Amino acid sequence: MTISLTVNGTQFRTDAPPETPLLWVLRDELGLSGTKYGCGVAACGACTVHVDGQAVRSCQVALADVWGDVTTIEGLAQGERLAPLQEAWIRHQVAQCGFCQSGQIMQAADLLAANPAPSDDDIDAAMAGNLCRCGSYSAIRAAIHDAARAMNGGRAG
Amino acid sequence: MHAFEFVKPSSIADAVKALASGEAIPLSGGQTLIPSMKARLNAPEVLVSLTGIAEMKGVCRDGDVLVVGAATTHAEVARAAAGDFPGLAGLAGKIGDPAVRSRGTIGGSLANNDPSACYPAAALGTGARIVTDRREIAADDFFQGMFTTALKEGEVITSVRLPIPEASAYAKFLQPASRFALTGVFVAKYAAGVRVAVTGASEGGVFRWAEAEAALSSDFDSEALSGLSVAAEGMISDLHGTPEYRAHLVRVMTRRAVAAAS
Ligand SMILES: Cc1cc2nc3c(=O)[nH]c(=O)nc-3n(C[C@H](O)[C@H](O)[C@H](O)COP(=O)(O)OP(=O)(O)OC[C@H]3O[C@@H](n4cnc5c(N)ncnc54)[C@H](O)[C@@H]3O)c2cc1C
Ligand code: FES
Ligand code: FES
Repeated sequence: MTISLTVNGTQFRTDAPPETPLLWVLRDELGLSGTKYGCGVAACGACTVHVDGQAVRSCQVALADVWGDVTTIEGLAQGERLAPLQEAWIRHQVAQCGFCQSGQIMQAADLLAANPAPSDDDIDAAMAGNLCRCGSYSAIRAAIHDAARAMNGGRAG
Repeated sequence: MHAFEFVKPSSIADAVKALASGEAIPLSGGQTLIPSMKARLNAPEVLVSLTGIAEMKGVCRDGDVLVVGAATTHAEVARAAAGDFPGLAGLAGKIGDPAVRSRGTIGGSLANNDPSACYPAAALGTGARIVTDRREIAADDFFQGMFTTALKEGEVITSVRLPIPEASAYAKFLQPASRFALTGVFVAKYAAGVRVAVTGASEGGVFRWAEAEAALSSDFDSEALSGLSVAAEGMISDLHGTPEYRAHLVRVMTRRAVAAAS
């Protein structure tokens, strides 16, 4: 059975079995290796992508269950122009080994879409499921505040 | 993970048919089932996805009852129940993290009956009725101990009917690594009396704390609980807490829930 799905605005068709986790399809079939495979069991958040604008763990979503357009870290920038979150991530040099970071950024994007000026507590609550072995949590928090400010035209956030 | 087949029906009737084979089980949000298959704790031949069944999704009010479709995600309940039943919305909004709430469902949570899950406390604490493809089960009869429920093989939860209380709240002491409840208490006040349901604490899974219900029914104030305690015997013992610690948390979380509700 051929399944079609839209990833980062482009429609793809795949013959992968319907039970294949979305993460596998993204990485192995479509070559979008920005999304990482950390634990495979919903425990780390490294595989976070958006489906229909909502953050989900792609290691737990079966291909045939994908209910809307998929956005991965590769789809966050507009062409050459990085998204405010990505720019803030660079300014704050958030990444250490970097493995968790595309998941962190996708989760942060979901947060800022719902809450354009999150408090520290809002950030901690929203990001708690995204683990970072390198312990970049304080830099992540600072970068989210910074991106929020940039997106709000300089107002506090 | 073992090889398995995947089917995605679009009606309850088709799902029930697909589940009749005995080797098939339902897949809802997959936030528990897929990890357990990857850990090879579970090896079904067929997964029947419930997420394409529109009649199993959504939240609506039926008089004094809130009806939640079994395949409704935690995120949707947190949003849609906020006006009619803020205690339930608050519970749903604190399950796991946002990505779990985008996928995990009330039906999956109740069917799984994890001893530390949040929704069983809301179902038992409201005296909800669990509606399946073939019958309605009272919450008091539904939960039958850790990971065990009254569901028969192939039986699908289609919706949950929760009586809307006058006041309610869920107080959760977070186990920060798993995000589940180290102990959580749901308190709901009705004209007929108060119900108190405790999750995360007992080896028998979710339970009602009868003494607290009696005390709160005559005086809905956290002070009414002073002097009451639950026995440590039968409480869960693991690296996160001793039975004594959990028994103490039951008292503390019940007080917090009452204070938040009143
Ligand atoms: C990181 C993480 C943190 C979490 N934190 C919490 C928390 O704080 N509190 C909490 O309560 N939960 C928590 N959960 C659990 C989660 O919220 C889901 O509720 C739970 O995984 C089950 O729901 P599901 O829809 O994903 O079900 P699935 O995983 O799809 O299914 C679970 C079981 O229920 C059966 N089933 C599913 N739907 C039905 C149905 N309609 N009828 C009959 N049987 C059915 C399946 O066959 C399976 O056996 C967490 C999960 C993760 C991964
Ligand atoms: S790889 Fe999906 S949560 Fe860890
Ligand atoms: S930067 Fe290394 S795991 Fe997060």
